Amino acid sequence: MADIPLIRDFDAGAVFAFRDRRPIRVEEFLAEARWLAGLIPDRQYVVNLCSDRYRFAAGLVAALLRRQVSLLPPNSTDDFLNRLSLDYPGAYCLGDGAAQTSQLETFRYPQPTGEAASTASPPHIPEEQVAAISFTSGSTGRPRPHPKSWGALARSGQAGCERLCLGAYRNMSVLGTIPHQHMYGLEATILMVMQGGLRMHCGRPFFSADICSELEALPRPRGLVTTPVHLRMLLAEANDPPKADFLLCATAPLSPQLAAEAETGFGAPLYEIYGCTEAGQVATRRPAESHQWRPLPGVAFFENEEGTWVKGGHIEKEVLLGDVIELCGRNEFLLHGRTADLINIAGKRTSLAHLNFHLNSIEGVRDGTFVMPEEDDGTVTRLTAFVVAPGVASETIMTALRQRIDAAFLPRPLCFVESLPRNETGKLPRMALDDLVARLAAKAG
Amino acid sequence: MKEILSNKALTAEELKLAQLIVSALNLETQAAEIDPTAPLYGEGMGLDSIDILEVALAVSKAYGVKLRSDDDLNRKIFNSLRSLNEHIQQHRAK
Repeated sequence: MADIPLIRDFDAGAVFAFRDRRPIRVEEFLAEARWLAGLIPDRQYVVNLCSDRYRFAAGLVAALLRRQVSLLPPNSTDDFLNRLSLDYPGAYCLGDGAAQTSQLETFRYPQPTGEAASTASPPHIPEEQVAAISFTSGSTGRPRPHPKSWGALARSGQAGCERLCLGAYRNMSVLGTIPHQHMYGLEATILMVMQGGLRMHCGRPFFSADICSELEALPRPRGLVTTPVHLRMLLAEANDPPKADFLLCATAPLSPQLAAEAETGFGAPLYEIYGCTEAGQVATRRPAESHQWRPLPGVAFFENEEGTWVKGGHIEKEVLLGDVIELCGRNEFLLHGRTADLINIAGKRTSLAHLNFHLNSIEGVRDGTFVMPEEDDGTVTRLTAFVVAPGVASETIMTALRQRIDAAFLPRPLCFVESLPRNETGKLPRMALDDLVARLAAKAG
Repeated sequence: MKEILSNKALTAEELKLAQLIVSALNLETQAAEIDPTAPLYGEGMGLDSIDILEVALAVSKAYGVKLRSDDDLNRKIFNSLRSLNEHIQQHRAK
């Protein structure tokens, strides 16, 4: 097994990041990561909750240097962190914000001393070393781990840059509006920076006005890594968004109209990424040119009775995809939405089985189910939940759910019913649920 | 007791903002029933970060006030409907 350098095409004096509009060099980043590696506790697992992108990256590198595994939770609900603390004894939390968790011992990101040691070469990390574990929600409420080796992560960063031809935008600065604890954010704003010679914006601006002014302050070429929700907000709010050179979008379906509007508004090509937590990024397309997706280098598909699988390239283990996929020759494909049980809201994924498990485990709930309406472009569809729980207040159920599931999946509305339309086998036919939803809508209208 | 109750009553401006939020987010709540002192995030109104972006967009269109997070007051602004309304009234252009 070979080692892979942390930073590809290493140039110690090159700009690695921008913080508060000031450049930080590659050697300064590595010096800070090495300094941090000397301070973090001696444990096997770290939950990196740093909200600053640069500090998150330094934490990731520090963990690699100390052979610690970074756990990347999909959310920081009390319930999820509790489970992590049970499944990974001794795990600690690396945090830089005010709001931290009480579930895990927290190591606060220290104030750097600024004594940057010069670095002649980047550290090399064994490719088989487990670098991170990302999670999907299992149907029993227990998170399902997906370990990622350093080799898989580094190759994913390289493959993404290659597929998107980012070599043509050498030294591009990237601004992300997405969390780096998710695979999309990790790959597009951290790994592609480290493995593709890009520069990162340290922050994660939230409101449209912040995103516009921060993007405008970056030197060109500059790229925006974002989601359909943010694109819609940016185009609706800013009359004249700042010019960019590259747009990257993922997490939810994007309509051709919104894609075209974004290309015109920002004056840049827009590419979409398709991927999942298990496999990472899988394919890209530019909707202005084609609806067909092109897989990343080395990535291939095969089908069997269970569905469509993806393998090869940076993907370590074959992964069954949760989407309906139509292969159209020469390895290109079309996407036809999620398979029935899987849910994607604002880029956060879970399954109905997982949500129903939590709903039905609340005291006083006799029966209950979540229903997913169709997701529209750029607007966020919310789930409806029906519950049979006589004598239980709506607030009680919402409070219990809030502790267990990500806020994006909270039901809106939560409807109390006398019984659910279960058939003789105890199943809930989709038709009967649709009727229930229609009756509810008629009542509201 | 009387004073506490009157603190929870919506002013005309707050009601207008409450109606804007209810329609932007398709909430089931009646605008008039929103407690102007309850937190907008999490407990209370139960909004999440995407809701807050929707509210920011609606506020920008209706009042011409662009919300910024590099504003130190941000947490304070989204503390409640009342504090958000105060911020808007101080900065409104329309």
